[in-house]
Amino acid sequence: MSLYASRRRSNLTAMALCLLATTIGIVWLFLILFSLLLNGLPHLTFEVFTEMTPPPGETGGGLLNPIFGTLMMTVLGVGIGAPIGILAGTYLAEYGRYSKTTPTIRFINDILLSAPSIIIGLFIYGIVVVPMKNFSALAGSLALAVIVIPVVVRTTEDMLLLVPNTLREAASAMGLPRSHVVWHVAYRAARTGILTGVLLGVARIAGETAPLLFTAFSNNFWSASLMKPIASLPTTINSFINTPDANMKQLAWTGALIVTLAVLALNIVARILGGTKKQS
Amino acid sequence: MTHATPSLDHDGRLSAARSKILARMALGDRSFHLVTRLCAYGVFILLAGIVVSLIMGAWPAIQTFGLEFLVTRRWAPQLDEPILGALAPIYGTLLTSFIAMLIAVPFGLGVAIFLTELCPIPLRRPIRVAVELLAGIPSIIYGMWGFFVLGPFLAQYVEPGIVWAVQDIPVLNIIFGAEMISNISLFNASLVLAIMILPFITAIAVDVFSTVPPVLKESAYGIGCTTWEVVTNVVIPFTRVGLVGGVMLALGRALGETMAVTFIIGNSFKIDGSIFSPGTTISAAIASEFAESADLHRSALMYLGLLLFILTFFVLAAARLMLMRLEKRAGA
Repeated sequence: MSLYASRRRSNLTAMALCLLATTIGIVWLFLILFSLLLNGLPHLTFEVFTEMTPPPGETGGGLLNPIFGTLMMTVLGVGIGAPIGILAGTYLAEYGRYSKTTPTIRFINDILLSAPSIIIGLFIYGIVVVPMKNFSALAGSLALAVIVIPVVVRTTEDMLLLVPNTLREAASAMGLPRSHVVWHVAYRAARTGILTGVLLGVARIAGETAPLLFTAFSNNFWSASLMKPIASLPTTINSFINTPDANMKQLAWTGALIVTLAVLALNIVARILGGTKKQS
Repeated sequence: MTHATPSLDHDGRLSAARSKILARMALGDRSFHLVTRLCAYGVFILLAGIVVSLIMGAWPAIQTFGLEFLVTRRWAPQLDEPILGALAPIYGTLLTSFIAMLIAVPFGLGVAIFLTELCPIPLRRPIRVAVELLAGIPSIIYGMWGFFVLGPFLAQYVEPGIVWAVQDIPVLNIIFGAEMISNISLFNASLVLAIMILPFITAIAVDVFSTVPPVLKESAYGIGCTTWEVVTNVVIPFTRVGLVGGVMLALGRALGETMAVTFIIGNSFKIDGSIFSPGTTISAAIASEFAESADLHRSALMYLGLLLFILTFFVLAAARLMLMRLEKRAGA
């Protein structure tokens, strides 16, 4: 009987520890959100979205130019990265499914998916910033595109592989060429899944800082030019946090709150989209 | 029947219009195939491009310092003839990742066990989503939070106690010793890293645990095993390869993480053996010095980047190979 009791005891201990780990894990999420709200929310005013970043020593000001910069580079990054990623994912799932190079491509893509983003920044610095001789919004967008591509390749391939082969066979039997089968049957069936992948890609790059530090750099003034340095929310947070100026520090917290809420919202939307797909 | 196929002429052959359409379709088909293939091979080009551009950027530093770069402790870019060595950032990178894994792996596995074996089913999805959302928070937010919230808390309430408790114990008083406790230290950076990679480990462990065939677990429960015994004797042995793969994937993340670490590690190039003193990692050194660097200094930072890429490449490659082995077994 004592053996039974000791087994029971160790089981209870282990399970209690697992419960504890889960509680702590979830408490972190709320702690982080709580301190963001505490520090960022009181100053989340309308002006934050309409005014430019302030110079040190002044009060007021907003985050208009970094918000615009982040939006512009994210849209461009996804605009460049998502089509390439979708097409590459299409090759892996449709044309090259049984090709010998496919596993290698998939393997390398998976590695790029988790490669440190600062390395991507160095790469774009080397091939775009150095030849152009200055930091630019274009370089930032390209760096973000390089980060988006593996995410989209992976989800597109996974989603296309879920499309039942009978659908493709039925379309082929009606005489449709392969590209039409892909466009009109496979893409249509996997549409929400692919969209989820693109949204996850957006969520991933919207808060990226490291690859922008030496590609888009930063800019305290309004700029919409592709060829000039441009501010973005994460890099602005990064530079404002380290200043002694209280007003700028405050704006950094507000910016952090905006980025986090935006990224969480994107993740939740992507999950809802992906979730409805699974249930139906 | 006679009027149903107007595109066939009287002899039943394809009309000119129809064969033109077919030719166009065939062309479209071939070009679409080609375009998708080019994009897929673009992945190779990307990898090759990263390696080549890093090597090119690092070349002056490779020529100057060679492999001695790896074991040189000094980092003095301001000298007329700069002496630059990667030992301190390598030490910081490995140490912070190691401590982070030490904390995050047991926690992550605990959460995964809770989610797969213990948690009431209606709660499983919300908890999983919450943990996954934790993974989506941008890393700069973790860095900020670590610097302003976690760091001061640890420096005020936790670390002085530990330093005091071990001050007379040899070895430990070096590891946990500190002349001055600030909210910047290797340990704080490791803790923030641990919080960051916890969701990755959990997500992968839950996926890997769900590959265990229910029959195996049910038979263990059937002969009277407790939940803990099922986990240690059935689930973990069955998924060992995948778990190691998942842990290494998280390690790959931890090694290359930049923004979460940069604020709180202090970017100081010394090695004094204490985890409560400031240090640096490869990525933190690049992030904080690259913009102000020039010439050989910049090239040395590129060299650091190359080292980081090689290191993470091998860790991630090993991780993927192990996960693939598990997938193959689960599929068979």
